[in-house]
This record gives sequence, C-alpha cells and structure tokens, in this order.
Amino acid sequence: MNAAAANPNLLVQVEGLHTYYGKSHILDGVSLEVAPGEVVGLLGRNGVGKSTTLKSIMGLVQPTQGEVLLEGKSITGLPPHHLARLGIGYVPEDRRIFRLLTVMENLRTGLDRNGVTAERRAALLDKAFSYFPRLAERRAQAGGTLSGGEQQMLAIARAMMLEPKIILLDEPTEGLMPSMVSQIRKIIDVLHQEGVAILLVEQNVPLTLEASQRVYIMEKGCVRHHCAASDIKVDDPVIKQYLGV
Amino acid sequence: MADFFQNIPFDLLLIQTVNGIVTGLILALVASGLTLIFGIMDVVNFAHGELFMMGAYLGVVVLATTGNFWLALVVATLLIAILGGALQILTLKPLIGRDPLNTILATFGISLILQNFALWEFGPVSRKIEEPIGAYFTLFYLQYPWYRIVIAALAVAIIGGFWLFLKYSKFGVWIRATTQDRVMAQAMGIPVPWVYTGVFAIGAAMAGASGVLFGPLGSINHTMGLDWVLKAFIVVVVGGMGNLGGSIAAAIFISLLEAYASIWVSPAQAVIVSFVVLILTLLFRPTGLFVATPK
Repeated sequence: MNAAAANPNLLVQVEGLHTYYGKSHILDGVSLEVAPGEVVGLLGRNGVGKSTTLKSIMGLVQPTQGEVLLEGKSITGLPPHHLARLGIGYVPEDRRIFRLLTVMENLRTGLDRNGVTAERRAALLDKAFSYFPRLAERRAQAGGTLSGGEQQMLAIARAMMLEPKIILLDEPTEGLMPSMVSQIRKIIDVLHQEGVAILLVEQNVPLTLEASQRVYIMEKGCVRHHCAASDIKVDDPVIKQYLGV
Repeated sequence: MADFFQNIPFDLLLIQTVNGIVTGLILALVASGLTLIFGIMDVVNFAHGELFMMGAYLGVVVLATTGNFWLALVVATLLIAILGGALQILTLKPLIGRDPLNTILATFGISLILQNFALWEFGPVSRKIEEPIGAYFTLFYLQYPWYRIVIAALAVAIIGGFWLFLKYSKFGVWIRATTQDRVMAQAMGIPVPWVYTGVFAIGAAMAGASGVLFGPLGSINHTMGLDWVLKAFIVVVVGGMGNLGGSIAAAIFISLLEAYASIWVSPAQAVIVSFVVLILTLLFRPTGLFVATPK
C-alpha cells in the first residue's frame, strides 16, 4: 500500500493518510516525516486538515487509508492512551485543560504512570515549574480559572509530564497576547534543545518559520509544498499562494 | 392548620427524622454507584437494583457458611465488584461508542438475567439476615436498634472513603479527568476503557455493600432491587444526573420527606411524595435540584 519504506531513523512517518469526517474527505493522502528532535512546521489556511493530521497521528480519528509509523513501527489504529505511553504528547488547539481539576491534578494525569520513580516525578515537576513559574503559583487552583495563556502553558506542561519523544502542538499561540506568544516561542526552543521533536501547527507564519527547521504547507487535505524553513521567507510567493498572506 | 401541626408529637417527629436519615444514607450509597456510572460512562444502569439484590443474597450465603456478618459484608462487596467488572467487560465494553439505547437494553437484559438467576438459585421464598448487633437504645417510647445507626455510620464511611479515593488517589484523578474530557484523558495516556471497567466495578460494589447492609432491615428476595433502583433513579435525577454530592443530598432529602409524610399517611402512600418531587424537579429544574443553575 505504501511506497515509502519504514525508516527506523525517523521518529514519525505519516504515509498517504486519508481521513473522513462522515462523507467529507478531510485528509487526501497526507505524507510527512519528523526526525528525532526536529521542529517541523505545518502551515496552511483554516480547514485544510492540519489539526486532523495531528488527531490522526494521535489516534483520535481513525484514518481510512494510510499509515503512521513511530520509530519505524506502525502505530496506526492503536488507542490514544497507548500512543501517549509510547511517547507522543498532544497539545490540542482548544487546550482542553481538565477545568475542574487543579493545576497539579492536571499534571498528575500525565505523571501517574507505571515506572515513574518519586525522584523522576519531582524532577519533571521542577522542570515544568521552572519553565512556567506561574503554574507553580497556581498549582492548587482549578484549571478552568486560569487565563488563556496560563491554560496554554498548562497544556504544554501537562504534555511534558509524559516525557514525550514528540509533541503535537496545535496552534499554541492562538488568541494569546504578544508577551505570551514570545513565551510560547521560547518554550518551543527549550523543548527543541532538550531533544523533543515538535510537529507545530500554526497560523503565525513568521513564528513558525523562525521556530522550525522544516515546514510543510498544506492545501485541501494534501501537502503541497515542503522545504527547509530557512529556504523560505514570509513574503515568498509560495506562502502567498497557499496562505494568502 | 395550626392545629394539624400541633397534634404531631415532637418525639414522633424526631424518630421520623432519624429513620429518614438512616434510609437516606443507604439510598445515598445505592444512588452514588448509579450516578457515578452515569456520570462517567453515560450508561444508565438498569441492573443496579439487581446488583444490590445479588449483594444481599451473597451476604446470606456467606453469613450462612461463616456466621460472621462483617465478613459477609466484605466478601459480598468484593464478589459484586468482580461480577460488575466482568459484566462490564462482557456486555458494555463492546458497546462503547454505540447509541445509548444499546447500553440501556444491555443493562436491562442483565437485570432480567440476574433476577431470574436469583429466583432459580434461591427460590421464591424470602430470606432473612439476622441483625449483627442486637442491642437497642431508648428513643422516647421506642426501643431503637443500634444496628440502624451503625448502617448509617457505615454508609457515611463508605461514601466518605470513596470521596477521599476520588480526590487523592491516582485512579481517582483518572476518573475525574475522564468524566470531564474522555478524549483528552486518553491523549494523556489514561486507559479510559479500563477506567470504565473500574468505575462499573466500584459502582456495583457500592450497590452490593448496600444490599448486605440493608439485608437485616427487610426481606431478601429476587425482586427487592426494583424498589431501590426506582428510588435511586429518582434521587439521581433530583440530585442532578452524574452529580455525586447532589445525589447524596437528594437521597437524604427525599427519604426525610417520605419519613415525615408517613406520619400522616401509610408508608406505601408516602412513596408518592418522591414522585411528586421528581415530577416537580423535571418540570422546573430539569438539571437537578442540587446543582448550580447552568449558565
């Protein structure tokens, strides 16, 4: 079914993914790849299937055709909780904080796994709280009472608790104030330095080009263009054509 | 009208208050299991009353072999938890994602099977469980059994213990996360299908424990679950579907109302009060009496 062979040197390979919502064909053969520790941007207008690509990787929607590989092994059709344990962190577009759970309990949803020692727990929490001191201040507060930016921080910190190999980051700066946007930008760099790969879906083109090593540009459920982030400028004709900015 | 109220002796009122609270707490235990299962799994469990009944019968069997009521309580509760978990895996797990009507029919089927199993296994003659504590204390002109007070305390302890479990344990955090957003819970690595099984087992255990506790107060037969599940459903609706605190408040509220009503009318007629409360709630506060007004 797939032309490209499994490559264990790649972290995530998406091969010819077709996904439907009812009768509407959302993904029409999406293929992309992410190397270990790489930040990859996924650009495109609203409704071209960027979020659906992330959801399909996470197992939240079932592709009708195509395959997702993690480190060369097929993970298509595995339940999401299994994928989370295999090292895929997911930060959804609407953040989906557990609103009635405290900040600490939100983090616990990712921390309470088998094989996490007390020291490891403490180290992971320390790290999250040093990146996001605001969360430390509010650790006993319900997630739903946080501001939009704080919720975004919590969503990222929560995914970090899984010690993921890759984080699927869906529009992390949407609706945030500029100061928050630059903070999220810094966190992407920090995660990158730690060796966590990121598949970043964003509307903010300059930020994506700056933060990523490579970008994919999607239109109508397919990848139309693919290049190194340094090879393309914000005012490039390709960007104009597919993103209309 | 004033005459009407003055004719009620104060002691009778107090006795009925105690009765109402004791029944209310057993009912709260039954209803918490039901509301927990609904709140997390969206499953309306029509077999809940039969799990209560099976708990009572298992209590009878273990008591007959060991002679120890408290051992019977623990063993029956554990066995009903296992039965509940097995029923969930066999009948409800394959239905996840289907129309809710499927699960309603499935649990209704389970309830019929369990009822008929009990009839076949234990026969139509009602059984009795001896009260484990025979002592009485004087409440005005009545000799009030200590056992009733002990059940009330145990119901409080079980519900309180469950609350602490929900609040602090790993599985408790998983349950609450799943209730709020099952998709995100899965994406965080929480094995949601097993959370469902666990929750069903816990809910079943609560029904089973209440069955054994209630055993000495009434007679045990294969249809005893019907009354309780009906009342538990009223409580769950009045308290707000899926709202644990609301169910507990509603259980005590309705039991007290029935207890007071039976000062004037026969206990069988007093049940009507519950239905009146149910209908009024559905008419004027369909989300439940004991929940914050939805925005």
